[in-house]
Amino acid sequence: MRVLACIKRVPITGGRIVLAEDARAINTQHLAFTMSPHEECGVEEAARLIEAHKGDSVVLTLGPPEATEQLRDAMALGIDRAIHLQTDGQEWDGEATAAALTDAIRADEAASGRFDIIFLGNESADSGGFQVGARVAYALGRPLVTGLKKVTLDGSSVRCEQEVEGGRDVYVVPLPAVLTVKEGLNLPRYPSVPGRMRARSKPVAVSTPARPAPHLELVRLAVPAGQGRRAESLGAGAAAAPAVVEMLQKAGVV
Amino acid sequence: MTVLVLMDESDASRQALTLARKFGEPRSMRMDALGAFAPDAIAAALAEAASELNVAAVFGAGTDRGNEVMARLAARLGLPFAANCIAVTPGDPVTLTRLRWGGSLLEEARLHSPRPLITVAPHTIPADSGPAPVEVDVKPPAEADLVVRVVDHVSPSNGGVSLAEAKVIVSGGRGVGSKEGFAIIEDLAGLLGAAVGCSRAVTSAGWRPHSDQVGQTGTKVAPEVYIACGISGATQHMAGLKGAKRILAINSDPQAPLMLNADYTVTGDLKEIVPAISAEIRKRR
Ligand SMILES: Cc1cc2nc3c(=O)[nH]c(=O)nc-3n(C[C@@H](O)[C@H](O)[C@H](O)COP(=O)(O)OP(=O)(O)OC[C@H]3O[C@@H](n4cnc5c(N)ncnc54)[C@H](O)[C@@H]3O)c2cc1C
Ligand SMILES: Cc1cc2nc3c(=O)[nH]c(=O)nc-3n(C[C@H](O)[C@H](O)[C@H](O)COP(=O)(O)OP(=O)(O)OC[C@H]3O[C@@H](n4cnc5c(N)ncnc54)[C@H](O)[C@@H]3O)c2cc1C
Repeated sequence: MRVLACIKRVPITGGRIVLAEDARAINTQHLAFTMSPHEECGVEEAARLIEAHKGDSVVLTLGPPEATEQLRDAMALGIDRAIHLQTDGQEWDGEATAAALTDAIRADEAASGRFDIIFLGNESADSGGFQVGARVAYALGRPLVTGLKKVTLDGSSVRCEQEVEGGRDVYVVPLPAVLTVKEGLNLPRYPSVPGRMRARSKPVAVSTPARPAPHLELVRLAVPAGQGRRAESLGAGAAAAPAVVEMLQKAGVV
Repeated sequence: MTVLVLMDESDASRQALTLARKFGEPRSMRMDALGAFAPDAIAAALAEAASELNVAAVFGAGTDRGNEVMARLAARLGLPFAANCIAVTPGDPVTLTRLRWGGSLLEEARLHSPRPLITVAPHTIPADSGPAPVEVDVKPPAEADLVVRVVDHVSPSNGGVSLAEAKVIVSGGRGVGSKEGFAIIEDLAGLLGAAVGCSRAVTSAGWRPHSDQVGQTGTKVAPEVYIACGISGATQHMAGLKGAKRILAINSDPQAPLMLNADYTVTGDLKEIVPAISAEIRKRR
């Protein structure tokens, strides 16, 4: 079988988000980058499916040259090869992102055959547009199930569990399908040293699509005002226990 | 002008109605208008109603379901979609403010679209208390739009206090040190009738299941009291705490972001402090 995972490079922002001077991006000068936890679970699931059923697993990103780092991370988890749609670092809106991904998927399928499953995150960690998966699925004319916490292959269909209030809703859809997933789908492995070594020599196909004008156009970013909490110290060490219990009593929970 | 609003029982859909009224006279479609949830069928019905009524915009709640259906509608119509907005001003373009990073960042944007598709982030603006809008008629769905539909429901097996609804949460981070280290967290949670939560560092290490994780990619919580033990307070963790009434941080580092964003702090080693709190509660019983 053939499985694809779509990932996006995002900064690890730590305890405080600092904006760039023009307030149109996060200041990432001192930050490390990652793929979203949701997407990491998609990558892990793709790797497991191919380990179990044999075939071809591919990771796809639209992002700056540095996003090679995240593609290598995905290949260290077991993905066979990567497709990198390189941008000049400018951001693309959800429609443009999905169109570029769809073009790349069509081209790869024309050369190597249909993907049985395409995994995306339910929403990206940074922009959170909640839409790329739906746009890719509609463009390809394939069923889409979103927000999945469990995926079980059953012959030519897939059983999907979606987290909802008070449990999980179940869907069964035929393959090929597009599935968006959430963290908790699985526990991604920690990449081994040999896995990292192998990832270095796995193939990355690079192309540079042209960026269309955005329909959802970012003007500026802002850090929301703090919640106005002024921390009151209840003391230090075990000696603070009585003060803590009094606070809990006042809050009506003891 | 008419505006279409996708509604369910949630407060968020009445918040969507608040913003929708700026665009015209609202009409509504219920999320369960077709019975069992079939998101493509609802999206198709919305598309049809939107064009029949020539609506100025379509609004929905920024819930999982609301965002999902609106994304499908956007894909179907080939129109842009702005998820999780907290403010919108009609015009061409529409100007809006939306949440990023699970609410840790605000984005001002311009939406260029003949028919804006917008969801409104939960818990951000007042819910509409005006008269309920008139519902639009929904025709039976096409077979192709029923391929994706809910066919079954499974309930969680763990029976414990649910994180999303817990009144008190005792949460542990990397500072707890190990899977076994959570015994003192569980003991305190037991005494308080609390749910146990944790940070992503903990779930990644395999000490706790992901269902315990609080934050942007975990559960968003709203307890009376959130007790964070050995958690540094990364923005992605804090994104899950926006609804917490009181936060108590226990940390050996007084400069940890969570210590600076809490209501109450205790500085020191959680391995001493947490058992001392449990002992104090037992003593007073
Ligand atoms: C400085 C700056 C300017 C920006 N300007 C704009 C703008 O003008 N208009 C705008 O709409 N957005 C803008 N963005 C955000 C934009 O890049 C979004 O990330 C993009 O629209 C993709 O949509 P999303 O992240 O909301 O995707 P979602 O729909 O939330 O993502 C769902 C899933 O789709 C997949 N996916 C998303 N993006 C990619 C990708 N690049 N490669 C591979 N898979 C992917 C992932 O699996 C992801 O989990 C800007 C961001 C920055 C920082
Ligand atoms: C896209 C994205 C999404 C994410 N989503 C989430 C999410 O949903 N939830 C989440 O939690 N994280 C999330 N993260 C991860 C997040 O960025 C942090 O890495 C994580 O929250 C750190 O966990 P921590 O605070 O337990 O660990 P650390 O940051 O390592 O902090 C440990 C803390 O424990 C203190 N400590 C150590 N020993 C003791 C002791 N004996 N007594 C008292 N204090 C002690 C230390 O001073 C320190 O402050 C996400 C990250 C990304 C990039």
